[in-house]
Amino acid sequence: MKITDEMIDYIGILARLKLQDEEKETAKTELEKIINYMDTLNTLDTTGIEAMSHAFPVKNVFREDVIKPSVDREIITLNAPAKKDGCFKVPKTVE
Amino acid sequence: MELSKMTALEIGSKIKAKELGVVEVTKAALENIEKTDKAYRAFVTVCGEKALTQAEKIQKGIDDGTLTSPLAGVPMAVKDNMCTEGVLTTCASKILTGFKPTYSSTAVRKLEDAGAVILGKLNMDEFAMGSTTETSVHGVTVNPWGENRAPGGSSGGSAVAVAADEAYYTLGSDTGGSIRQPAAFCGVTGLKPTYGTVSRYGLIAYASSLDQIGPIGKNVEDIAEVLSVISGHDPKDSTSVKQDSIKITLDNNIKGKRIGLPKDYFGEGLNSEVKASVLAAAKKLEELGAIVEEFEMPELQYAIPAYYIIACAEASSNLSRFDGVKYGYASPEFKDLTDLYYKSRSEGFGMEVKRRIMIGAFVLSSGYYDAYYKKALQVKAIIKQSFDRAFEKYDCILSPTAPTTALKIGENLSDPLKMYLGDIYTVSVNLAGLPSMVVPCGFDSQGLPIGLQLTGKAFSENEIMNVGYAFQQSTDYHTKKPVLKTGKEA
Amino acid sequence: MEFLTTLGLEVHTELSTKTKIFCGCTTEFGGDPNTHVCEVCTGMPGTLPVLNEQVVEYAIRVGLATNCEITQYNKFDRKNYFYPDLPKAYQVSQLYAPICQNGHIDIEVGGVTKSIRIKEIHMEEDAGKLIHDPWDDCTLVDYNRCGVPLLEIVSEPDFCNGEEVIAYLTKLKSILQYTDVSDCKMEQGSLRADVNLSVRPVGTDELGTRTEMKNINSFKAIARAIEGERKRQIELIEEGKKVVQETRRWDDNKGSSFAMRSKENAQDYRYFPEPDLVPIEISDEWIERVRGELPELPDAKKKRYIADYGLPEYDVDIITGSKFLVKIFEEALEACGEAKEVSNWIMGEVLRLATDTSTDVEDINFTFANLGKLILLVKNNVVNRGTAKEVFEKMFKENVEPEKYIKDNGLEMVNDDGAVREVVLAVLQANPKSVAEFKEGNDKVTRFLMGQCMKQLKGKADPATVNTVIDEELAKL
Repeated sequence: MKITDEMIDYIGILARLKLQDEEKETAKTELEKIINYMDTLNTLDTTGIEAMSHAFPVKNVFREDVIKPSVDREIITLNAPAKKDGCFKVPKTVE
Repeated sequence: MELSKMTALEIGSKIKAKELGVVEVTKAALENIEKTDKAYRAFVTVCGEKALTQAEKIQKGIDDGTLTSPLAGVPMAVKDNMCTEGVLTTCASKILTGFKPTYSSTAVRKLEDAGAVILGKLNMDEFAMGSTTETSVHGVTVNPWGENRAPGGSSGGSAVAVAADEAYYTLGSDTGGSIRQPAAFCGVTGLKPTYGTVSRYGLIAYASSLDQIGPIGKNVEDIAEVLSVISGHDPKDSTSVKQDSIKITLDNNIKGKRIGLPKDYFGEGLNSEVKASVLAAAKKLEELGAIVEEFEMPELQYAIPAYYIIACAEASSNLSRFDGVKYGYASPEFKDLTDLYYKSRSEGFGMEVKRRIMIGAFVLSSGYYDAYYKKALQVKAIIKQSFDRAFEKYDCILSPTAPTTALKIGENLSDPLKMYLGDIYTVSVNLAGLPSMVVPCGFDSQGLPIGLQLTGKAFSENEIMNVGYAFQQSTDYHTKKPVLKTGKEA
Repeated sequence: MEFLTTLGLEVHTELSTKTKIFCGCTTEFGGDPNTHVCEVCTGMPGTLPVLNEQVVEYAIRVGLATNCEITQYNKFDRKNYFYPDLPKAYQVSQLYAPICQNGHIDIEVGGVTKSIRIKEIHMEEDAGKLIHDPWDDCTLVDYNRCGVPLLEIVSEPDFCNGEEVIAYLTKLKSILQYTDVSDCKMEQGSLRADVNLSVRPVGTDELGTRTEMKNINSFKAIARAIEGERKRQIELIEEGKKVVQETRRWDDNKGSSFAMRSKENAQDYRYFPEPDLVPIEISDEWIERVRGELPELPDAKKKRYIADYGLPEYDVDIITGSKFLVKIFEEALEACGEAKEVSNWIMGEVLRLATDTSTDVEDINFTFANLGKLILLVKNNVVNRGTAKEVFEKMFKENVEPEKYIKDNGLEMVNDDGAVREVVLAVLQANPKSVAEFKEGNDKVTRFLMGQCMKQLKGKADPATVNTVIDEELAKL
């Protein structure tokens, strides 16, 4: 598969990453190489094989509906780059 | 014998016998780090004061009989992707600049409860993505075994801290070989437990379905003891298996054990010295009474592409939360929210992490999911089945850990795909969730360590560790020490 | 040109579990920003989710109550997108195997019953709240709602107009309340609807391009939004323009919708199975237990009320439409056995007082059995109807016990014939002019005399008795 400029830009939007022009060129070549290598999976027939997201058949892991004390908001916002009035502060969201 | 050269259990028993004090041992360890780590840079954070305060408290606990673990009072260190309350946890990334978690990971907490003294945090590849510990924002960690050699990765700091006798044991994490490969390259013993054995709570995720915390130490007995402390069900991790902590019994008897050698792992691409050393180890196990035989597992060739698809996909999602809003690095200048996201992430992540996030976003994106992600999950199922079949015949699978010994610093970074291919012998184990251990089994002509990989069926830690133990009982590779530099020589 | 409208609904309901879906923080509404949060629901690095079992239980309950098939092996997936109200930058939801599928709800509009198909119901987590800060011209993020469990109930595009949509929402709301899974307080956002709408000219089969209007939070606003959007689309088509597939926001104050700025993510959510959670396997036993524990649902209750009590359909619709009115009805009925009377009281005084005092039906708070007692007191001539209404107002507002209140305030009806006659005679004596008019053939003065007697009796006598005595005494004159 050919990785085009449009594809790299689109992936950048999905991942919220902006590459410099020279980075973009390198990324295109590398990604293409890697994706083409991944395409070797197509030589393996997987018809009828169920996709396995968990290696072990663990199921029904639940928690009881019992309240636990919340964490102090000073602690929760301790690492925040910007905060105000106990909230995380971000640039204005337009809607 | 020098204090630092002892094993964790030796130190622990001397502390228990009151021959050594915890503070004394801790001080010695901190001084040793001060002296040695300038050359190797295994540590990214040393918590001297905290460790000494901890040491005093632990000594009291030992004295009043509340701390009884054989590891009580023994200084250790933790890979920098495990949360430690109030102590910087950076994943070796700029994007987690200044991040001090408000809680500790379950594995760390369990060790602390057992009386471990935490010396500090260890270097790694950024977000555990890499096989060299060169992608760290904190700089390169150096392998003590060779001039200008990388330690392997991503738990390079964890392996080097043990190899250079800076910590008696360490915690690493293994997503595709990140404990085993650096352990092999640094001549130490490392274990990736069965997925779900050690809680992942507090481990900053790279690929959630593959990540597993495990110990690195000087021999099998030490890491068996660490495993017994950190394993066991954690209600905070839904994927943690409902079982008690694992108690390993090492009996040095492997008579009649069936050991399989996958032919596919001994072919093209494997360095001849590594091959010879691993085969010699197989011979040794045969001498000890094991039945060794070759078998075929052709599906293993699909492990790397399947692994990178799954790991990158999960990583692209796991690393989305680093956006400059809640913690860590935020770009100082931005014009709006989107700009804050783009800048913080583009400036905060290194190139290898960006590459994997982009691969992950691609394989999950609309129109490609079935061809890549779903396909990879199907291949994962096939690989799991093929291991299941192998374990009908064998108690343990023996293989090399990596195709080569430790590479020169910088040698592997130029070609990402080439670097990915170096994970050939380790990633299939993570896909299948199996336990796998590396023990030193020799040196190449340049004096670089070679590691033997022993893989077992799910939850058969005791089985493979017993094989490793028997091997160490009749060999001395694991006791060999590199000649350490001190001061600023590196 | 005539147009047909096609509508589909995605309803989000916040479940009334005590704790959030993946952590032990309270789901209580309100609270200062970021006081109902922990490391898990704020997505701190290294944290992991653990599923609240009650969420699964509630989902099964709603699934069965809406005639769905329960997916016995279901899983969570991650929906990835960047927005500050979503701290992990993914929402844990269910795409590939939602917990309930293929159900339906029957609605009745204009006497015609119509079945609305439910495509699926899935479990997911709610997002946080963004607060605009005008002082700094920035946005503040509050994660209190983050991780509150939601069910998203997705209908097929089976609606033709706003009326059907409202009927469906009303029915769905009452089902959610009957099954005790949600308080459905729209003003608190615990019931919200996204409306998908398209129009097409009559005579064509192919559906038009649809738009989605998000998070409309009152029935009236939904009706207005549907009408507004329908008109907008028709106008576009009539002007020869194209409807763009997009998400729009309905501004109810302005009475118009506008396109939401694209979040620059092309709606490519990159769903994949959530590796941090394990699959859910729901056994037959589990399903049957939940089925067995389901309360009588609105449709069944309505039928029964009409059949057993002979109540008018209109009244029954109102009462069974609200679990809270049903509770009043059933508890009062239990105490008196007079279904018709109870129904009349609810339709009359209860709803009147609720409106007068701006009390939500669910907040009506008196001992409902006391309404039954009051009904019996009227029936047994202890108080008359007029006094009973006054007593009931006291009950409604202060939850007084009717019998005691009547006794304490001497409100019993005067049933003593002699006492009534005494008053009547006194009134006749005091009003000779009226008596004279009566003699001249003016019957109407009896009304005035009646009023005077009741006044003297403080309204406590049975009006029929007073009337009889007045007639008797006038006849004697």
